[in-house]
Amino acid sequence: MAYSEKLLDHYNNPRNVGSMDKKDKSVGTGLVGAPECGDVMKLQIQVEDDKIIDAKFKTYGCGSAIASSSLATEWLKGKSVDEALKIKNTDISTELDLPPVKIHCSVLAEDAIRMALDDVRSKQDDEG
Amino acid sequence: MEKLIYMDNHATTPMDPRVLEAMMPYFCEKFGNAASKNHAFGWEADEVVKNSRQLIAKSIGAKELEFVFTSGATESNNLAITGVARMYKEKGNHIITVVSEHKAVLDTCDALTHEGFEITYLGVDENGMISLEELKNSITDKTILVSVMHANNEIGVVQPIKEVGAICKEHDVLFHTDATQAIGKVRIDVNEMNIDLLSMSAHKIYGPKGIGGLYVRRRKPRVRLSPLIHGGGHERGMRSGTLNTPSIVGFAKAIELADKELEAENERTSKLRDKLQTALSTRIDHTKINGKLDARLPGNLNISFHYVEGEGLMMAMPEICVSSGSACTSSSLEPSYVLQAMGIPDVLCHSSIRFGIGRFTTEEEVDAVIEKVVQSVNKLRDLSPLYEMVLEGIDLDTVAWTEH
Ligand SMILES: Cc1ncc(COP(=O)(O)O)c(C=O)c1O
Repeated sequence: MAYSEKLLDHYNNPRNVGSMDKKDKSVGTGLVGAPECGDVMKLQIQVEDDKIIDAKFKTYGCGSAIASSSLATEWLKGKSVDEALKIKNTDISTELDLPPVKIHCSVLAEDAIRMALDDVRSKQDDEG
Repeated sequence: MEKLIYMDNHATTPMDPRVLEAMMPYFCEKFGNAASKNHAFGWEADEVVKNSRQLIAKSIGAKELEFVFTSGATESNNLAITGVARMYKEKGNHIITVVSEHKAVLDTCDALTHEGFEITYLGVDENGMISLEELKNSITDKTILVSVMHANNEIGVVQPIKEVGAICKEHDVLFHTDATQAIGKVRIDVNEMNIDLLSMSAHKIYGPKGIGGLYVRRRKPRVRLSPLIHGGGHERGMRSGTLNTPSIVGFAKAIELADKELEAENERTSKLRDKLQTALSTRIDHTKINGKLDARLPGNLNISFHYVEGEGLMMAMPEICVSSGSACTSSSLEPSYVLQAMGIPDVLCHSSIRFGIGRFTTEEEVDAVIEKVVQSVNKLRDLSPLYEMVLEGIDLDTVAWTEH
């Protein structure tokens, strides 16, 4: 399968790989996918004053899954929570030019973003 | 990119230059049609086809007239199974095969269900082996054919073909074997093994693509086939079409070389395989070798690297040409049905890589592959949330995953 330059770049030089402290109130974690399906994404964001100041990921999966989550962290950094909610799987699949059989990787990335945002919101609501 | 390393010799093999050399005169100079009975060009082609057929047949203990040329093992499997089914349908409508067969067998059997045939699929154990008991118990008075592959293309396991042949003979059922992966690596004698039909293909043994053949027993019993391709009545009516002389010459040369070098080549490739296997399973933790260790083809290593995904791994080492049982490498988005049939969990199927070492694989290449695989698995495990969880002591089976 021929992949786009952008996809290969994210796969070969993944941005923002790593983990944050799940228990930190400013950190939201999204863990989506399943090992038996062949892909699992963990995406984390750190939110302060409604702004995403950092994002990290770890992904088990094919090259498209790794690239989709790498791209997602890059886009998330610096965005407000409301702006982040607007990121759609189609934005990711278009940017990386994902082949049709790999569209589910971008769907997974969108799910991970939403789950991380929900997580941090519920934590901060509890606090407030 | 760095120099490519080809380690996918179950998929296909490079042609041996000696094979090409043998074929060369049969394109532009000795181009006759073997069916032209009335001039020298035809006689020349007919003669070389006859010699080639004899040589190939002899390599499996068969007679010249028992070997039919086809376009490859896919066609041979189709001809053997559909040909027997249609010819013997008055006798019975039951066929037995195995879940881990090549698609050319499975899909042919499936197609026959639309013609009223019933198929029994034997299971395989965790090592990929069939059970002879299950085979015996599956034979009924309606069974006309048993098709069991000799060696598997994914995990390389070699089935007990002689025992299967004996059971089929005892029950008076025809026995077909897809020997595509076994030829050139396992010595075969169709009489000793009671094989009635045997499929092979030249491109798996350093010969040209698009040529193969089917052994069809002529005596005790005489097997008859209903043809799939109709026309000029070539190949004693079993497979019409002008014979592909250059490829037939190449096929015979490939068989001749494989036969001559079989033991030496097996010794060399199994040494290289063992080196690869030992290095990968000692330098990388959490690996699993798939397939029965002491009944594999010498050049085969099918290994799962837990917590990394096969296609992702192949992308990390683009200069290494191998294949994977991961869903992501198949168009169906299902992981390997062969590994699944062995009861291997899906997660390990997704993590599997098949290495196929062949005649032209060098020790330097094996060394380079070891380094690159170790490096790539480590890189992807640094990226793997699963590996991280395991290191933290989390049992992955207790996590509430969001299946999709
Ligand atoms: C076991 C087995 N059977 C059949 C085939 C099909 O062979 P061919 O490519 O000659 O049609 C292959 C190769 O893919 C194989 O490995």
